[in-house]
Formats: sequence, C-alpha cells, structure tokens
Amino acid sequence: MAQITLIEAVTQALAYEMAHDDSVMVLGEDVGLNGGVFRATQGLQEKFGELRVLDTPLDETTIAGVTVGLAVQGMKPVAEAQFEGFIYPMMEQIACHAARMRNRTRGRLTVPAVFRAPWGGGIRAPEHHSEANEHLFTNIPGLRVVMPSSPARAYGLLLAAIRDPDPVMFFEPKRIYRQYKEEVPDDGEALPLDVCFVLRDGTDVTLVTWGAQVKEALEAADELAAQGISAEVIDVATLTPLDFDTIAESVQKTGRCVIVHEAPKTAGFGAEIAARLAEECMYDLLAPVERVTGFDTHIPLFRLEMKYLPSVERVVDAAKRTLAAS
Amino acid sequence: MTIAAKFEIEYLQYLDAEGKQVRDDLPEFAKDLDHMVELYKLMLSTRVFDAKSIALQRTGKLGTYASCLGHEAAHVGIGSAMKPEDVYAPSYREYGAQLYRGVQPREVYMYWGGDERGNDYQKEPARHDFAWSVPIATQCLHAAGSALAFKIRGEKRVAVCTIGDGGSSKGDFYGAINIAGAQNLPLVCVIVNNQWAISVPRKIQSGAPTLAQKGIAAGLFSIQVDGNDIIAVRKAMEDALERARSGKGGSVIEAVTYRLGDHTTADDARRYRGEQEVKDGWEKEPMKRLRNWLVAKGVWDDAKEEAWKAECDEWMDNEVNAYLETKTQPVSAMFDYIFAEVPADLAKQRDYVLSLENKGH
Repeated sequence: MAQITLIEAVTQALAYEMAHDDSVMVLGEDVGLNGGVFRATQGLQEKFGELRVLDTPLDETTIAGVTVGLAVQGMKPVAEAQFEGFIYPMMEQIACHAARMRNRTRGRLTVPAVFRAPWGGGIRAPEHHSEANEHLFTNIPGLRVVMPSSPARAYGLLLAAIRDPDPVMFFEPKRIYRQYKEEVPDDGEALPLDVCFVLRDGTDVTLVTWGAQVKEALEAADELAAQGISAEVIDVATLTPLDFDTIAESVQKTGRCVIVHEAPKTAGFGAEIAARLAEECMYDLLAPVERVTGFDTHIPLFRLEMKYLPSVERVVDAAKRTLAAS
Repeated sequence: MTIAAKFEIEYLQYLDAEGKQVRDDLPEFAKDLDHMVELYKLMLSTRVFDAKSIALQRTGKLGTYASCLGHEAAHVGIGSAMKPEDVYAPSYREYGAQLYRGVQPREVYMYWGGDERGNDYQKEPARHDFAWSVPIATQCLHAAGSALAFKIRGEKRVAVCTIGDGGSSKGDFYGAINIAGAQNLPLVCVIVNNQWAISVPRKIQSGAPTLAQKGIAAGLFSIQVDGNDIIAVRKAMEDALERARSGKGGSVIEAVTYRLGDHTTADDARRYRGEQEVKDGWEKEPMKRLRNWLVAKGVWDDAKEEAWKAECDEWMDNEVNAYLETKTQPVSAMFDYIFAEVPADLAKQRDYVLSLENKGH
C-alpha cells in the first residue's frame, strides 16, 4: 500500500466517493485540468468529466450559491475555495442559505454540501493566503466545521463530510499538506464527525488543538516528556458540533489545559473551549486554562509569520506555567 | 469603423393599457379564451389575497408583509408558463406565480406570521420549489445550481428565478447569468422591474437603458416585455423555457411593471415618491387591460367578476382561518431542524428550554 500525504488523501477521498456515488461532484476555480492550485483535484476531471469536475467562473459567490442549488437538487457538491482568505464572498450563501435551508423549510429542502478550503499560515504565501478564520464559521448554526490534521483523518473525515446530509466546512491545514506520508487504505471507511481524537495519552496536562497546530502540540508533548511532564494531546478535528466530553474527561484527569490555535485570540474557538471548561470543569482545574494562539493582529506577511504562529516553545512554556501554578 | 459585436433589445407588448390589442400575432395560449379567463381569475384572486394580507397586518394578525399589488400579470405570467417539473426560486412577493404552483395562501400567512412552516409548501409542484429568499438576488444562484444539476443529469427541466430591478445590481445575479452563459444552463431569470427598490428609483439603480441588456453581457437571450401585459410575459416565458429545455441556453426577461403599494407594510412610500407617479401607475395596471380585452371578447362581465370575487373572498377567509387556527410550534422546533439529527450538545440546550417551559416560563 502506498504512503500518501494529507493533500493526496483529500484527492483519494474525492476519487473514492465520486466513483461510488454519481451525485458527488467537485467545483471551483482551477479544479479541472489544472487539478487545483494545491493539486487536491489532480486527475479527477480525466476520470469523471468536465461537468462533475467543473471549472467555475472566477467568482466565489457563484461557487457557493451554485453549490446550494446543486445540493438542494440532490447532488452532493464539494466546492473549493482556492484559499480561506477568499472565502468571505461565500459567507452570505453559506450563512443565509446552506446552513439555514433545512431549518427554514422545516426539513423540506436540505444542503448536503462540502465547502473545502486550504487553511492557515506558514507557507510563505502572499497576502490573503494564510488566514485562520474557522471561528467565523463555528458560530453559525446548522454548519459543521471540520479540520483534519493527518492523511488518515483527512481521508476519513472528508468521506464523512461528503456523506453527511448537512453542509460541512472542511478546512485543510495547508502547512501540513505535505508534511509527512502515512498509509491510508482506500477502503471508503469514514471517520465519525462528532468525536475528538486523543492523539497521545498523558496525565499532567491536556493540550487541545486542531489543524496544523497539532504538529506543534505533539512536538511540545515530546519536549515536555523529556522534562518529565506527561502531556495528553487532543485533536478537536470536528470543531462544531463540539465533542466537549472528550476534552472534559481529559481535563478531569490532568487538571490542566492548554488550548492552542492559529487564529486570533479574542473570540477564537479556544475561547469557547475555555468557557466550557470554566462552566463544567471548574473544580477539576488545578491551574488557570492557558491559551496559546495567534495574536489579535492580521497574520503578518511572511517575513514575520512564524513569529505570529504558536511555536513549540510557547506551548511548552504555557504547559509549564500550568504545572507551576499547582 | 469596425464593429466587434452589435446588440438590440426587443420590447414585447400585446395589450396596451386600455386592453387594446397592439399586434395581431397572438400566441396560441392567448387564442384559448377559457385559459385566458383562468389566468385573469388567478390574477384577481391574487389581488384579493394581497388585500386580505394587508388587512391582516393592519389588524395585528400578521407581521411585516411584502405586497404584490400591481405585479399580478408578471407573476401569473411566469408561474403559468412553467411546467410542474421545473423549479422556481422566487424572492418574496411573487404570490401570483406561487399560487399557480400550489403554494397555499395559509402558507404565505404563516411565513409572514412568524412561523417557519410557511416555507414547508405542502402541495406539488411548489413542494420542490425554493422557499422565499430575503437576501436580495441570492436565489439566482440557487436557480443556476439547479439548472446545472438538470444539465448534469440530462433532465429536461428548467430553473426559473425572479428578482427585482434592485436585485439586478447584485453580484449574485451577475454570477448566475454569467455561469448560465458559460455552461449553457437551462436558466430563465426574470427581472420584475417595478421601478422601486424600497426608496431607490430605477434610474439610480443602474445606468443601463434596459435591465434586460445585462443578460447580453452574459451571452443570454434577453428581452424586455410589458410586465403589466400577461400575454407578453407569458409569451416571453414560453419561448425562454422552450429554448432552455431544448438545450439552447438561458434567458433574461425584464418585465416592466410598477409597484403600486409600499415596499412592505413597514414602509411608507409617500416619503419618497409623488402621488402623480402612483396615479400614472394605476393607469397602466395589469388587471384593467386584461378585463377590458376579455369583456370585448364576450367571455367576461361584471356579474362574473363579482361572483369570482365572492368566491375568492370565501377562499381567503378559509385560508385566514386555517392560519389563525394553527397552533404555535412547540419550543423544541427551534432545535429539531438545525441538523438531520440533533447533536448531543444541542439536545442539552433543547432540554434546558423545555425545562423552562415546564416551569411555566
């Protein structure tokens, strides 16, 4: 079995589902012959034709609105926003229609669609190509927000997202698109959309994160282990609806929590997790919850971007602060 | 001088404001006078329905309501031309088209009366149509997406959307007609130009002499019609639907009409437009000309008018009663349609609200 990267796992999932379900299609800018600017749809147009792998006009609003129409008619469109920084014109169609259709028609019309977008910073990209904006979607009812952090989870979660009867935002951390390869059997097995993944067991502190930041969290756990501190690492992966139980169980065990994310700190999704911990796990906590996040600035152009993104050192420091506090 | 391309916009009208036939080549459907009487009757019932809605709002039994007064020819012309298997994506005042496709007046009352069940159209073909779309022109792309689905699956169906003159300024409209041209989609987009987008008049909405010509830019067949002349609207629709169904591409139809009422019941048009203009609008309204024409043909008269109005009154009274008798949904209905299955976290919020109910909050 071949070893594949996260981006290749995306392609593998799309190809699998398109081969097994005629209603699945992809649409977006440059997704056809070019295979997408990151090659997520590489080779799909050859296999499935120009209509099911559709190069749209260059208008994100069109992509999102047409996706709503396709989905209501029973197609399962997988729309691509070329970068998360270009997703803003899509938001009206996503918030006012995709996420709302089932509710406002009492279930008569539904939108089984996926909106994919390469997400996040750290690849020395131009302006508007490095945003972390998942928190703008986690507050929209009726929308699932999913972010894989490994090839296997990209494959399984994307299959689940396509099969889900409701709209799913599928953010792909582009910094780790080609970080490493692993074996991902092309068996069509989906992963659940409503559970967090515990990537590493630990007893002293819980590191809660998602997306590309999983890499830093795991490295921080190694570093902490070298210093005799046992860190549990949770990949939230399915941000909404949130599986808070898995996080709560871990924090009840460790008594300490560090939330790590790329997006700005204020009202980032980490704030929601911290608030839930305060509401439901207050008396399990041995130390204040720490957040290691991007700053409340725009992510800088790339000469400074690594200063903006949470580093292993910042995560390790935060974890040690929680231990010093108790 | 070398001309790269040249365009023109046809204007189509069969009946003038007084109901005088201005051309002899009546389309086939208009030669069937029984059918024309049916169309007139639906226009009249739409007007009775609209008056009833406003009366309901004024007496506190309905929320904000968007009237369709003056749009009856445009709306019934659109709805009556479509086949059941086609899909309609309206904005929020096209009741004439929707009643034709099976939307029930009680559903309109429910929606404007604050109940999502108004969007759950019970009767086909409306049941597979889109619900009202409040964010302006967004429905154009839903129609384009539907048309794309029909093309992919090889279905001979057409997606129809309607917007106003204001809607034709929005990117969603341009995006929809653009992809329809690029992909040769079976899309018919009707701009019901009623001259006003709340308080903003047509002349400062766009510098284009016609709104129809926006379709030319997208490579679509484009025509302007007298939107108060149902024969013209219906004929342009039939031609556009036929072209779309036979794979010859999409169309933009501009139906020129006039908004005789306020934008909604929350609006007061006297703030921004003069009485004379509205009087002129009434001179050209769509009911009178069709009635005059039918009376001249000997198939309609005052007695029939009164009898049908009385029937409509009774119909609407029944619908109003059905609406007023509908119990408010249980509070749990807020949660039941957010996802196909209620997630655990959301179920906790629902249970909390239910516990408040049980405590009598």
